[in-house]
Amino acid sequence: MDWLYNIVVDPFVQMGAAPDFLLQVLWEGFVTGTLYALIALGYVLIFKASGVFNFAQGIMVVFAALSLVGFYEAGVPAWLALILALGVMGLLAVGTERLVLRHMVNQDEIILFMATIGLSYFLIGAGELIFGGETKSMITTELGLPTGSTVIDVAGGILILQHIDIAAAVIAGILVAALGFFFSKTRIGRALRAVADDHQAALSVGISLNQIWAVVWFAAGIVALATGIMWGARSDVSFALQIVALKALPVLILGGFTSIPGAIIGGLIIGMGEKLFEVYWGGLMGGGVEGWFAYVLALIFLLFRPQGLFGEKIIERV
Amino acid sequence: MIYREAGQFKTSYKADMAKFPILQDRIAIWIYLVVAFVFIPLFGSDFFINSMMIPFLIFALAAIGLNVLTGYTGQISLGTGAFMGVGAYACYKLTTIFPDTNIILLVLASGLFSAGIGMIFGLPSLRIKGFYLVVTTLAAQFFLEWVFIRVPWLYNYNDSGAIEVPQREAFGFIVTGPAADPSVRYLVVLSLVVGITWVTSNLLRGHTGRSWMMIRDMDIAAELVGVRPLKAKLSSFAISSYIAGVSGALLVFFWLGAAEVESFDVNHSFLVLFMVIIGGLGSLLGSFLGAAFIWMLPIVIRAIPRVLGLDINASTVEQLNFVILGALIIFFLIVEPHGLARLWAIAKQKLRIWPFPY
Repeated sequence: MDWLYNIVVDPFVQMGAAPDFLLQVLWEGFVTGTLYALIALGYVLIFKASGVFNFAQGIMVVFAALSLVGFYEAGVPAWLALILALGVMGLLAVGTERLVLRHMVNQDEIILFMATIGLSYFLIGAGELIFGGETKSMITTELGLPTGSTVIDVAGGILILQHIDIAAAVIAGILVAALGFFFSKTRIGRALRAVADDHQAALSVGISLNQIWAVVWFAAGIVALATGIMWGARSDVSFALQIVALKALPVLILGGFTSIPGAIIGGLIIGMGEKLFEVYWGGLMGGGVEGWFAYVLALIFLLFRPQGLFGEKIIERV
Repeated sequence: MIYREAGQFKTSYKADMAKFPILQDRIAIWIYLVVAFVFIPLFGSDFFINSMMIPFLIFALAAIGLNVLTGYTGQISLGTGAFMGVGAYACYKLTTIFPDTNIILLVLASGLFSAGIGMIFGLPSLRIKGFYLVVTTLAAQFFLEWVFIRVPWLYNYNDSGAIEVPQREAFGFIVTGPAADPSVRYLVVLSLVVGITWVTSNLLRGHTGRSWMMIRDMDIAAELVGVRPLKAKLSSFAISSYIAGVSGALLVFFWLGAAEVESFDVNHSFLVLFMVIIGGLGSLLGSFLGAAFIWMLPIVIRAIPRVLGLDINASTVEQLNFVILGALIIFFLIVEPHGLARLWAIAKQKLRIWPFPY
C-alpha cells in the first residue's frame, strides 16, 4: 500500500508541512491561470459573436507582442509602439473579415475552424518573415510596468510576489470588467449579443454582420495584445507560445464556450490545478505532467458535464 | 467525348455494384497501378522515390485513416500524430521481441495496438461532440507524447530516447534499415497502401461504412433507425487508429529510419487534418489528392527560387512556405469547401458532356 500512501496521503502531508511553499505554488498557478484565462477570453469573444472557433487566437497573441517589440526596436517610443500595435491588430481584424469571413458565411463550423487554422499558419509565416524567428524580450520597463518583487511573511515562511504578476492579474480584471460593460451597456455590445443569439434575426433588425465581426475581432486583438505583453514580460516573446495557447481549449471546456466568467474561472482552475499536480504528484510519474494534465482534466470533466461549468445546457432537437 | 459511358450497359448485379462502373475509369486505374508498381521503381530517381513518393504514400494512408473518422463518421480528431506514434513504437517493440518475424506482418500487427488505444480515447465521443471532442483527442495527443518520452521501455532504454530501425529482411530482400534499397521500400509501402485502401473502400460500401455515415449525417436519427452509436463510433475510432498506426509504423520503418517523439507531435496531427480537408472530407481519392498537394507543395516552393536563380536563404523560404500554405488553405476553403475531390468530380462531369454544352 506504499504507492497508495504516496498518492493519497503524502502530498497533503507535504502541503501541511510547508504552507508557505503551497501558497507560492498556488500563486504561480494563479498567474499562469490568468494568462490562460486571457487567451481563452479571446476565443470566447469571437465564438460568442460569430460562432467561429478562432484557432488563430494563440498566434494573434504572439503577433501582437512581436509587432509591439518590433515597432519599439525600429526606434518608435513605447507609447506610440503600443498604439501602432493596436493599429496592426485593427488592420488584422478588418482584413480577416474582408478576405476570409465575408466569403464563408453559412459554411459548416468545421470549415470555418479550418480557415482559422489556415489563418494561423499564414500569421506564423508572416510573423517570422517580418520580425525574424528568434525570441525577443518584452519592453517591460519602457511600457511603465513594474518589475520588482515583494516578499510577504506568511505562515512561518515567505511568499514572493512579482510585481509584474500582480499587474497582470489587475489588468486582466480590468479587461474583463471593461468587456462586461461593453457587452451589456453599449450599443455595439448589444448588437454583438444579438448576432450571437441569431444571425438572421439580427440581420433583419438592421445589424450589419460584417461590421460586428470586424469589431469583435478587433476586441479579441486588444485582448491578444494585453496577453502578449503579460506573457512576454514573464518569459520571452516567441512562437513557442502557440502550443501554450492550445491550453486555452481545456479552459474553454471547463468554462463553457460562451461564458466570459467561465473562461476566467476555468483558466484559474486549470492554472492552479496544473501547478499543484506537477509539484506534488508529478514526481511520482517522472515529471513533465503539466503538458497533458489540463487536457485529461477537461476530458474527465466533460464525461460528467458536457456543457462546461457555466455553459448553457445543450438541448438536441431532431 | 472520350470520357463518356454511353453504350456501356450493365447486365448483371455484379457489374452494377462494380467499384469502377465506367470502362474509362477501369482503364485509368490499371494505368495508374502499372505506373506506380512498374515504371516508378524502374525509372524514378532515388530522390524522387525517397523524398516524394514514399512520404506521399505514407501520409496519404494517414489521411485515409483520419478521413474514416472525420470525413465518414464526423468526429474531428487532432490525435492522429499520437496514434501514428503508437503504431511506430509498437512496431519497434514487436520487432525487438520477435526479430525473426516478417516485418510486414509486424507492421500490420502494430496497428492493432494503436486501434486499442484509439478506442480508449474514443470512448468520450459517445457523450461529447464537435469541438469538445477536439479537446479529448488533444488529451490523447499530449498524454501519449508524454508517455513516449517518460516510458523508457518503449525505446529500449536508449540514451538518445529515439527509436532506431534495425535491419530486417522479408522475402529475401532487405526492406528496412539504412541498407535497404529505396525502390524495395517503396514497393512495400505501395503494396500496403493499395491493399489497405482497397479494404477500406469495401468497408465503406458495406454495413459498417454506412452506419458511420448515418452517424455523421445525424446521430440521433441514426440511433432511431437502429444504428448503435457505441458500435459505430468505436469501430470508426478503431479502424481509423489502426490505419494511422500502420502509417506511423511505415513512416518510421520505411522512411525516416529513426524517430523521436517530435515525429509524432501535434503539428503532424494538423498536417494530416489539412490533407483531409484540402483533399475532401469523406473521399478516399481526396485523401490521396490532399496528401499529394500538402506534401508536394513545400518541395515545389523550395525548388522555385533555385530554378529562377534567386538567392533567398532557406529560412525565408520556410516562412514563405507557411504563408503560402496558410493562404492556400483559406483560398481552397472559400472556393471549394469540399476539397480537391469535388473539383475532380466537377471536372469529370464537364469532361462527360464535352464538347457539347448540355
